[in-house]
Amino acid sequence: MQREVMFAGFGGQGILLSGKILAHAALEEGFEVAWIPSYGPEMRGGTAYCTVVISDKSIGSPIIKNPLHLVAMNRPSLEKFAPVVKPNGIILLNSSLIPIRSGRDDVDELVVPVADIAIELGSIKASNIVALAAFVARSKIVDFELLKEAVKEEFAKKPKLIPLEMEAMERGRKAAQG
Amino acid sequence: MGKVLMKGNEAIGEAAIRAGCLNYFAYPITPQSEVAEYLSRRMPEVGGMFLQGESEVAVAYMLFGASACGERVFTTSSSPGISLMSEGISYVAGAQCPVVFVNIIRGGPGLGGILPSQGDYFQATKGGGHGDYRLLVMAPASVQETVEMVMMAFPLAEKYRNPVMILGDGLIGQMMEPVEFPDHLRTEPTNKDDWATNGMDTRKDNKQNLVKSLYLDPTQLNDHNLLLKAKYERMKQEDVRYEPYNTDTDYKVLIISYGTMSRVCRTAIDNLKAEGLEVGMIRPQTLFPFPEKAIHDAAIKESCKAVISIEMSMGQMVEDVERCVQGKRPVEWYGKCGGDVPTPEEIMDVVRNWKLET
Repeated sequence: MQREVMFAGFGGQGILLSGKILAHAALEEGFEVAWIPSYGPEMRGGTAYCTVVISDKSIGSPIIKNPLHLVAMNRPSLEKFAPVVKPNGIILLNSSLIPIRSGRDDVDELVVPVADIAIELGSIKASNIVALAAFVARSKIVDFELLKEAVKEEFAKKPKLIPLEMEAMERGRKAAQG
Repeated sequence: MGKVLMKGNEAIGEAAIRAGCLNYFAYPITPQSEVAEYLSRRMPEVGGMFLQGESEVAVAYMLFGASACGERVFTTSSSPGISLMSEGISYVAGAQCPVVFVNIIRGGPGLGGILPSQGDYFQATKGGGHGDYRLLVMAPASVQETVEMVMMAFPLAEKYRNPVMILGDGLIGQMMEPVEFPDHLRTEPTNKDDWATNGMDTRKDNKQNLVKSLYLDPTQLNDHNLLLKAKYERMKQEDVRYEPYNTDTDYKVLIISYGTMSRVCRTAIDNLKAEGLEVGMIRPQTLFPFPEKAIHDAAIKESCKAVISIEMSMGQMVEDVERCVQGKRPVEWYGKCGGDVPTPEEIMDVVRNWKLET
């Protein structure tokens, strides 16, 4: 079975990194993975998105028009990509920055004040990890413990940040259950 | 070393090092600048040379010079950069230097765009520069295959004393996929003593080597071209590579597609199979030498009604496909340019329409 996750938001929100960590965890779990970035004349503050494809067999097309899941970190991303999400997928939206909803009644809409949680924890920069943890806790797309390991590995060169990121993981998980 | 997650562009850099190439000269251009970024850090770690030239034109001649001295050397660029290098590539081919070129294609012509394209098929396989020369051209469809082809490119370049080109597209460069590298660096010596201007010190005989592409005497130049032609014919005999997909069925349509495009086609073929329509595919892994016989033989299978060349270009490879099929089946083309990569659904429609018409 193949599942696709699109991460979308502003450049600088850690969108590409969230996707990379998920891809890494999925690789550790033994899946085939592909991480496909949007690349273009992008700039800081512009839009950024990436798609992670996770499959139990060799991945064909890396061009994904309709992802199964969407993690939307800002309003333009939600407006642009919510309509293309497959039925029965998950749409996680960062309600700290998005005052609207997806308008889809055939998906699992997960509303998380991602940035507010991250600020409470001490750094808005942890927003992407809060969102990633909430999404994985809800979708169970990869093992949560493997995801934690992938986060630790990603921050191996900045060990001071690991306790914060682990806290972000837990808060994200709780938000998905609540 | 287990599997690691790596961007195609970074994997190209690492693969070259593992292939024993410690010289990289280049000029940055999207969508492959990460190769230079990666190697600017990595080459010094392994005692290699990273050099950013002042232009692609200069880079091509730096490659020529280093290779003429017997050094393993490579570069990466993207379409407009390869155009600038093309004069030098002709000299390198004429002087029989085993340089490896990587072209991560972006949309053209002119400045075009920076998104994935296969618009440089003609440039890579039919020339680009002047004169009668050919590059051995390989087209990977995944990051892992890119690594394998880069590692294969150096020994092949040395086997033929001919430049080799890896032809990827922006997606191959930008995408991250799991890759595995061999543990050890390739260390065996090149055959450079036979031909390179690497100094007389290590040479047993007193033979002087001369690396050149200038032959003013018409007979000599003709002989030189015949020698080059013999190499290209030998490539056709010994180094054609391709991958068949779903060709053990009674397919109604045969797709010819390479690189990223072939992966989209593979998904379309799987989906059509689930609907009950069998479609086969031949994916050329070498674009020159082209898998002529494989395509011909697959096309004339009794069940096959049509052959479709599917490309991210306006119909370039289709000319080679037509040549292979020799009019024995209708040959069609489908493609898009500019970075708007056709989706599996579009390919499915194209194939279904063919079935309806035949």
